[in-house]
Amino acid sequence: MSNFLTRRRGKGRADITDWLSWLWLAIGVAVMFGPVLWLVLSSFKTQSALQEFPPGLLPMGQKLVMVQGFDKPLPVFAVPRPDGSTAERAMVRRIGLEGQMIDPAAPDKGVERVRIATATPVRELHFAFENYIEPLRNFNFGRYLTNSVFVTVVATAITLLINAMCAFALSKYQFRGRAGIFLFIVSTLMIPITVILVPAFLVVTGLGLGNSLWGVILPPAATPTGVFLLRQYMLTIPDELIDAARMDHASEWRVFWRIVLPLAAPALAVLAIFSVVWRWNDFLWPLIVLNREEVFTLQLGLAAFQGELNTQWHYLLAMTVVTLVPVTLVFAFLQKYITTGIASAGMK
Amino acid sequence: MRLIARAIDWPFEALQRAFGAARMPYVFVAPNLAVFAIFVVAPMVMNVWYAVTGGTALMPGERPFVGLDNFQELLSCGNFLDVATCRQDRFWRAVGNTVWFVAFQVVGMVALSLLTALVLNRRIPLRGFFRAVFFYPVLLSPVVVALIWKWILQPDGLLNAGLVSAGLARQPFLLDPGWAFSWTVMVSIWAHMGFYTLILLAGLQAIPPDLYEAAEMDGTPVPRVFWRITLPLLMPNMLVVVVLGLIRAVQTFDEIFVLTGGGPGTATQYIVQYIYETAFANQIHILGLAAAASMLVGLVLLLLTLMQLAFSARAKQ
Repeated sequence: MSNFLTRRRGKGRADITDWLSWLWLAIGVAVMFGPVLWLVLSSFKTQSALQEFPPGLLPMGQKLVMVQGFDKPLPVFAVPRPDGSTAERAMVRRIGLEGQMIDPAAPDKGVERVRIATATPVRELHFAFENYIEPLRNFNFGRYLTNSVFVTVVATAITLLINAMCAFALSKYQFRGRAGIFLFIVSTLMIPITVILVPAFLVVTGLGLGNSLWGVILPPAATPTGVFLLRQYMLTIPDELIDAARMDHASEWRVFWRIVLPLAAPALAVLAIFSVVWRWNDFLWPLIVLNREEVFTLQLGLAAFQGELNTQWHYLLAMTVVTLVPVTLVFAFLQKYITTGIASAGMK
Repeated sequence: MRLIARAIDWPFEALQRAFGAARMPYVFVAPNLAVFAIFVVAPMVMNVWYAVTGGTALMPGERPFVGLDNFQELLSCGNFLDVATCRQDRFWRAVGNTVWFVAFQVVGMVALSLLTALVLNRRIPLRGFFRAVFFYPVLLSPVVVALIWKWILQPDGLLNAGLVSAGLARQPFLLDPGWAFSWTVMVSIWAHMGFYTLILLAGLQAIPPDLYEAAEMDGTPVPRVFWRITLPLLMPNMLVVVVLGLIRAVQTFDEIFVLTGGGPGTATQYIVQYIYETAFANQIHILGLAAAASMLVGLVLLLLTLMQLAFSARAKQ
């Protein structure tokens, strides 16, 4: 076993560095995953459960039962009996310090009066799904969600298309200005959006794209990383395939669309994954372009909702979970592509 | 389906008939370059115009030329050791905060990433899983990161519950300037260290194992192996990580904006937030000042980028 654990000093037992390594990894799992897990658990708590201090680990709520003859579910209490045991009773009505309770198993036996102070609420695991349903239905979160999906899908499609076209020309043609264009594109990699916020906003407004999702989609669509990544990959596609297609009188566009694009699928997949994550998570640029609530993306909606007075944490936490689900799924299933993408192009 | 394919083919084939096959590469690069030109290059140029004009008008033609007034406004201080004497004291506070933030964030992040990469480079079971654990927060959006931590750090949050159950007093994590600053650094490290761990791990795995074997045969002690073999051979990756970390730390905005809003007071207001608020969020939009400030930030980033290029050119050799 210790041979299995140590990398370079395989002899003998696991030594102190092995224990420290395991300690580090254990702390790592707790610190990296713990906060997200806590968010997910908290998002299923009811509003009143969220206000408890100290907070409980699992989402608990008072047990409710449906009793014949009552429209609403009744809260259940543990009530002490004269013989020292306790029994579960459902409260029908509260009058001052006393509650009118019935036995949920035998509602016909009639109402007994119990002092509230002696009864303790019965708690059980309770997932407050209404935290998820209500904001999507009653607040604008449904709208934000649609906007986010629209931006992510359309922007990724446009990015893939125009980056691939550009990469195709740069990798498979000899033409005047090729080296210059490539250099130009790679150098724009160095211009972060933070440096050109003001004039970029003017351009978008001047084109009538202010407060429009297209104003969010278009400006970052021509990603230099995408062109670079796809070009490197397309360089490995043999030219003979392209020449053969031209012999068959295929147009240049068809060569691109029918031959090069399908062959570049692995690189396109990597770029697509990154584009989806970038766009879904984007905040600063949408914050500047979009000022009206109807066009907010999820990220903007969340940020605006949390800034309001008396933050409604039960809704906010649930919507935060909704926001992190897509990237988590992408991560869970496509992790390998992401790590290779970072290794090959240093993208983030 | 075939009809759609024809509809896509047709315009490009018409273009080829019009310009000839030799000019098709220009057609292919055109859309990408157009987007670049309109949304990146044109703004770059216009930024200079905004920086040397004043007033609050958005349209460039309506802005009066003021020369270097905006830069002067930003940079003039009665006494450079006292922020309160500067005309734009918010700018200088933001600059000061950013310098401290960048220093702590980058040093802490590189140290933790290196430690994690070294651990992950050992022959451990479930390495892929552990690597994924450290990388996962990198993919979370800044807003999600901020809300996760805001929930944990609030007065009735998980962390205070832990302190209380350990018999300690509650702490105003996001309401006390010192605490809030520390937490912006820590949350930022939490969110980004996985990326740098990955780059350092790739560097560690590229070190030839026979070097270690030779060292082991000579009976070289472990710390010496680390200082004499691991660290020198990892240096190219380390430098890239440090410079990339600096470039990104200088631009920190979203997470902190949602987590603390720059507060309490201006304790966690960093330079990009200053630009954003000066140009867009404050009642009067002082675009010229924001553009001038963003040019100064751009200058710093340019220097850092040149450093990075120099390092990665050396690393390739």
